[in-house]
Amino acid sequence: MMPELGKYAGAVLSSYAVSLVLLAVLVLLSLMRARKVKAELDQIENRSKSNG
Amino acid sequence: MSIWEYANPVKFLRLTDKLLPPLAILSIVTLTIGLVWGFFFTPDDFRQGSTVKIIYLHVPAALMAINAWLMMLVASLIWIVRRHHVSALAARAAGPVGAVMTIIALATGAIWGQPMWGTWWAWDPRLTSFLILFLFYLGYIALWEAIEDSDTAADLTSILCLVGSVFAVLSRYAVNFWNQGLHQGASVMRAGAFAGDTEERVSNVFAIPLFVSMAGFFLLFLTLVLLRTRTEIRSRRIKALLAKERAA
Repeated sequence: MMPELGKYAGAVLSSYAVSLVLLAVLVLLSLMRARKVKAELDQIENRSKSNG
Repeated sequence: MSIWEYANPVKFLRLTDKLLPPLAILSIVTLTIGLVWGFFFTPDDFRQGSTVKIIYLHVPAALMAINAWLMMLVASLIWIVRRHHVSALAARAAGPVGAVMTIIALATGAIWGQPMWGTWWAWDPRLTSFLILFLFYLGYIALWEAIEDSDTAADLTSILCLVGSVFAVLSRYAVNFWNQGLHQGASVMRAGAFAGDTEERVSNVFAIPLFVSMAGFFLLFLTLVLLRTRTEIRSRRIKALLAKERAA
């Protein structure tokens, strides 16, 4: 299934590897921060409500 | 109904709550189709060999790197003129996404350049303006982090964004302004649908998966900016609530 990349295999594969890793890290960090900030806000809003 | 309604953080959160899941799925599907098509099902180019497969990453990433900055420019101008917080926060949210797109464009360009040009890097007008754009991205992100007051940060980063726009435009048109250097003109405009039947025409065999990949990168950018804007809105709300608690 793997295409024949010939003498440029290193260049092509490293381009895909670098790009996909960077995109994956960006997506993961964005999701993790979104989750963390939402949990923090929920906690503060609940505290504000319970304190009146 | 006006678009300015979505400058209201609550309405923006409500809208994006519904919009994000289908948008995320669509972006993953489109990007996967574009990259799998480009990598597995396109032939080698008669001059570039298999390195032609790098365009499915390089061209969309470069396009998004420039357009992300232009989106930040529009959002910053809206902040300067209308003082809508959501627009300033959307610009902030786009910064890291644009920076990553710029790194991908620079890295894949260097990896492609080594076998094709015989060098990883040349001080070519387009490459240099792209590197400067990347430095502007870093400065923009750092400036947001460095200033405690979010309105002051939004003001100063908006000015930086206006200045950096010169390099975003130069990155796009450097090849046309200075007819020198190694980097070729825009491949996209030489794709079948745009170029007619000329020798420089990019065949549809390469152009169609390239357009799919570009759509995938655009949708991913949009998804991430909406997600990150939501986070910035919540983060701002946390600051406001904590300040209120401290004052009480």
